[in-house]
Amino acid sequence: MTELHKTGAAVGEPVATATPTAFLEVRDLKVHFPTDDGLVKSVDGLSFQLEKGKTLGIVGESGSGKSVTSLGIMGLHTAGQYGKRKAQISGEIWLDGRELLSADPREVRRLRGREMAMIFQDPLSALHPYYTIGTQIVEAYRIHHDVDKKTARRRAIEMLDRVGIPQPDKRVDNYPHEFSGGMRQRAMIAMSLVNNPELLIADEPTTALDVTVQAQILDLIRDLQKEFGSAVIVITHDLGVVAELADDILVMYGGRCVERGPAEKVFYEPRHPYTWGLLGSMPRLDREQQDRLIPVKGSPPSLINVPSGCAFNPRCPYADVPKDNVTRTVRPELTEVGGRHWAACHMTQEQRERIWTEEIAPKL
Amino acid sequence: MARAAAGGSHKEAPAAAGPRTVLAYLIRRLFAVLIMVLVVLLATFTVFYMLPKWAGQDIAVLFAGKATGAEQIEGIRTKLGLDQPVLVQFWDFVKGIPLGRDYANGADVTHCPAPCFGYSFVTEKPVWDTLKEAMPVTGALAAGAAILWLVAGVATGVVSALRRGSLWDRAAMVGALGGVSLPVFFTGMVAMGIFVHNLGWIHIEDGLNTDDSIGVWFETLLLPWIVLALLNAAMYARLTRATMLDVLGEDYIRTARAKGLGERAVITRHALRSAMTPILTVFGLDLGALLGGAVLTESTFNLPGLGLAAVQAISSHDLPVILGVTLFAALAIAVANLLVDLLYAVIDPRVRLG
Amino acid sequence: MPTGFPKRRLAAGAALVVAALVSTTACGGGDDDNDGKDKGAGYNAALNKVVNASAKKGGTLRFVGKQDFDSLDPQRTYYGMTWDFMRFFTRTLVTYDTKPGAASNKLVGDLATGPAQVSADGKTYTYKLRDGLTWEDGSKLTSKDIKYGIERIWATDVITGGPAYIKQTLDPKGEYKGPYKDKSKDKLGLKAIQTPDDQTIVFKLPKPNGDFEQFLAMPTGAPVKADKDTGAKYTQHPFSSGPYKVKSYNAGKSLALVRNTAWKKASDPIRPALPDQITVTISANLEENDKKLMEGDYDVDVNGTGMTQSGRITAVQDHRADVDNIQTSFVRYVALVHAAKPLDNVHCRKAVFYATDFAGLQQTRGGAIAGGDIANSVFPKSIPGYSDYDPYGILARKGKADIAKAKDELKQCGKPGGFSTKITARTNNPSEVDTAEALQAQLAKAGIKIEVDSIDGAQSSSITGSPKVVKERGYGMTMSGWGPDFPTGQGYAQPLFDSRFIFDNGNYNESQIKDKKIDGIFDDAIATTDKAKAKSLYEQMNKQLIDNADWMPFIYEKNISWRGPRLTNVYSSAAYNGRYDYVSLGVAK
Repeated sequence: MTELHKTGAAVGEPVATATPTAFLEVRDLKVHFPTDDGLVKSVDGLSFQLEKGKTLGIVGESGSGKSVTSLGIMGLHTAGQYGKRKAQISGEIWLDGRELLSADPREVRRLRGREMAMIFQDPLSALHPYYTIGTQIVEAYRIHHDVDKKTARRRAIEMLDRVGIPQPDKRVDNYPHEFSGGMRQRAMIAMSLVNNPELLIADEPTTALDVTVQAQILDLIRDLQKEFGSAVIVITHDLGVVAELADDILVMYGGRCVERGPAEKVFYEPRHPYTWGLLGSMPRLDREQQDRLIPVKGSPPSLINVPSGCAFNPRCPYADVPKDNVTRTVRPELTEVGGRHWAACHMTQEQRERIWTEEIAPKL
Repeated sequence: MARAAAGGSHKEAPAAAGPRTVLAYLIRRLFAVLIMVLVVLLATFTVFYMLPKWAGQDIAVLFAGKATGAEQIEGIRTKLGLDQPVLVQFWDFVKGIPLGRDYANGADVTHCPAPCFGYSFVTEKPVWDTLKEAMPVTGALAAGAAILWLVAGVATGVVSALRRGSLWDRAAMVGALGGVSLPVFFTGMVAMGIFVHNLGWIHIEDGLNTDDSIGVWFETLLLPWIVLALLNAAMYARLTRATMLDVLGEDYIRTARAKGLGERAVITRHALRSAMTPILTVFGLDLGALLGGAVLTESTFNLPGLGLAAVQAISSHDLPVILGVTLFAALAIAVANLLVDLLYAVIDPRVRLG
Repeated sequence: MPTGFPKRRLAAGAALVVAALVSTTACGGGDDDNDGKDKGAGYNAALNKVVNASAKKGGTLRFVGKQDFDSLDPQRTYYGMTWDFMRFFTRTLVTYDTKPGAASNKLVGDLATGPAQVSADGKTYTYKLRDGLTWEDGSKLTSKDIKYGIERIWATDVITGGPAYIKQTLDPKGEYKGPYKDKSKDKLGLKAIQTPDDQTIVFKLPKPNGDFEQFLAMPTGAPVKADKDTGAKYTQHPFSSGPYKVKSYNAGKSLALVRNTAWKKASDPIRPALPDQITVTISANLEENDKKLMEGDYDVDVNGTGMTQSGRITAVQDHRADVDNIQTSFVRYVALVHAAKPLDNVHCRKAVFYATDFAGLQQTRGGAIAGGDIANSVFPKSIPGYSDYDPYGILARKGKADIAKAKDELKQCGKPGGFSTKITARTNNPSEVDTAEALQAQLAKAGIKIEVDSIDGAQSSSITGSPKVVKERGYGMTMSGWGPDFPTGQGYAQPLFDSRFIFDNGNYNESQIKDKKIDGIFDDAIATTDKAKAKSLYEQMNKQLIDNADWMPFIYEKNISWRGPRLTNVYSSAAYNGRYDYVSLGVAK
């Protein structure tokens, strides 16, 4: 395995200053896992910023590194990884002026749940089956607040009420399995927000839910964000989920960012063939399934032997558009393709614009 | 144990089923236990009374030893009731359990009070007396060993899981493999060779009696406890390790960490609580099986428990005692099973009785 | 728990490892007879003389054993160890002399003043009882108690397990139904026994039996006090006529005897009654029992079957002076089933005799010391009838096989290429299966192919004991062992060789010898009261059985017995199969 490319400073980003101005700033984050088969580069040089009150959508297939990124921010790659070969993490994660990767793990633990909280994909498996919802919320609250159980319980009921669970004073004593899927996710959200976190990471928050409930949960997240003013990261494989929710969108492929920019730009002027694929495979109510034009063919790349050149080249229908086989030898860097809009592709701006407007957009 | 670990913040769940359904469940299960014991009784009776007959053997002859005159064998047949039709023998036996039985013994008639499991062919004592004498020994052996192996096994397993791949983990798991593989009579003999004969630290009382002091019981049972615990602790260490590793990979453990919970609380309150479920299941069954008699341990250390009683009974063709011990063992396992199921419902709120 | 392991071998292996561990660390070397700590009387000291002769009373004599007594009811026991032990609390009209070795085979008066006065026709035995005989409650023991005790043998549906010799001799047709069904007031309805007065008892035999006194010396001849007879439960607390009485008996666990203060020494010249107390501990772990014996926790193994492999290694190495290599009356044999072809042909049977490497079998059983001597006669050396007759030259060749002769016999048998058959060996008997496998390898050299079939020894009476099963399964040979009920040709050999003792079940004439001449010799030898004549008849029987190659003995069994150093008055008694004579034992403080 030859490493063709070594990332230096945050590519395609403004030059990093010592103290970042953004609320959350991730700089050149790398999360590598040593395994018997080789080094798995789940996240390999990721940078982005997020302000309070804003929502970032991280989109990609499974294995693109989006969940690993979120766990990396939460510091959950190092907590409780017993005996396993430790994840190798480098880069910088700045949260509200504090760098987390170099911080004392105990301090990061104190931030977890209080300043940054997380909602997981499957609330049934993410909630402990043996404890009541109330017990679990009370526990989350009392870790960070020195209050008695009664107070914490009142707080739990209040939160359940806030996320729209009927009869919260009764449901607080129910077990997760006694809740419906949507209610469970509401309870999960209640638990994450119980400490008023400033950063909320929602990892596929609606994937396990049916369509109507999905919309309710997304509405809930949006409402709560407005109310609490938190920064939110929504991680999903489905562009549709973040379409109305996100201010910015970051598309990940093979552990790296292939395109990022304001949501409307990514949706209406996408400049990466992978983003086109994602847009093409978005379920839309007004379209028959067979009409989807660019389903992303093939499977996600191996994170051990990442294809040389552009990681997307084996699946890219336009891999041969650039000259000299460059897509297979040189890794494309993120380049600005418009205001606050970056993409990593060897094709020229003109080529991409032409393909988008002539071949892709009409079929969407 | 899991309860304690769950800590004060855990509020009792509203009963998944009302007390009435639990009672109905209990009655239904106890009835099932009764049926099962009857089936075991029938099976045991068939194995020990009928199979020899079908195989062309004659229990009376087996029992006669060297006294093989035809008249003597007929006498034995009459004495053991083997001259009666099998169904009558079986019915008399079953009837005797709740009602008691009368036995002619030549000089007079002996009443075998309920629960009458028959009269020993050899000692001429009611089988129930033999069982009653043996139970405390087996009970003390099983209880002590169980506590030891549960604590040692679970602790070792947890530490191994948390230090997966470490030297400790590998040593513990190799030790566990050894513990599982080494037969009790080997470890027992080695332990006695060292602590009883070589160092002289421990005196093992030959044949425990109920009138021996607690100190004597403790000293005598110490090595058997350890040896038996070693055998089982190994299994529990492996089971705990595997379960803990599974549980630690669960999403709710990640959730607990994401809440900012300290690692100790994550392990005890969240991980161990879940890991205890399969462990307690196996534990209940093991304990139940052990209460039916730890044959090898009891033989090695000469502890007059149910296992030793069974061995002696088998070697002397003492069918009623064999039957009695088998029945008791089946009952112990069935009851342990029931207790495990009840405990399950206590531990895991998802389990409903009914 | 591991299943499917050959547990016996594993156990033996474990025991060896433990023995090695313990002996290398603890006893480190002292293999010297004169080792200061060990003051044993010497190797084999108790075989033919009394070790530590003493009349000193007191102390506790401590027995240990794996196997409990079969029954403490004198009419219900058939184990040799129980018969030996029972003399502590049970007396009989006559009993074996308390002398070392073969001298013990002599019968002397016990309850009776001496051996019987036998009528000229050999059909009437009259005994006079000693004065001062008592029961443990102090009451007088009379001739009627003896009669009642013996009558209990007739109650075959209550008093099971014991030998029936007396009943078969006095009432062969079984007309009497036993005391429990006896309508007479004193329950003494058996006509063959008369008690003209309390001090006299007379036995009327329908036909003479020269061994009748031997029957009376067995515990079945013991008195039982009628109003103390608890029937089947008598085993739980037998009423004592001897110097000790049962203090407590917990079957399968322990027995404790204390002095019977009602017993009068003057009435009993046999029993020195030295210890104040006697305890028996039943303990399941043989290896442990051996260690406890060597450590002095116990004095004697009550089972008397010899030490375990690991125990005897340590004992012989470190405590040689406390050990006896005892000659038992047990014979290891292979029965050659006449009903199985071609073993119906004498030449094929002889071929087996020649092809067998007796020395090899001896080695498999543990060598000359732990296994025993090579056998040449169907009788053990202690039974009148044994001779050094050796037509196959087994002893002359030091046990080696003669394959040439074996092949020659096979030719005469019409099987020049050999033949095939099956042999049984009992899995619960140490090294029997190994021995059968060794025999298999030996016979194969002569072309005799045998297949070893391991059977459960506990079931043997309905496997090898059933001619039907033997035929169905095609067994041509059965390997087993045999010891005498009492030390005469009848007491040893009749179940083995008499055609009238072939039973459908529980048969011990495993060769199925149906020979009128043999049956006739038994009749003649039993009928005579002349011991010399009986001896020559049994010698004649031995010659015929060996010439016919009917039944092949191969080892006279020996074992290594622990003789506790604090024991006094110790000697091996041939009458009790080489066991120490328990009733004579005392203990030094």
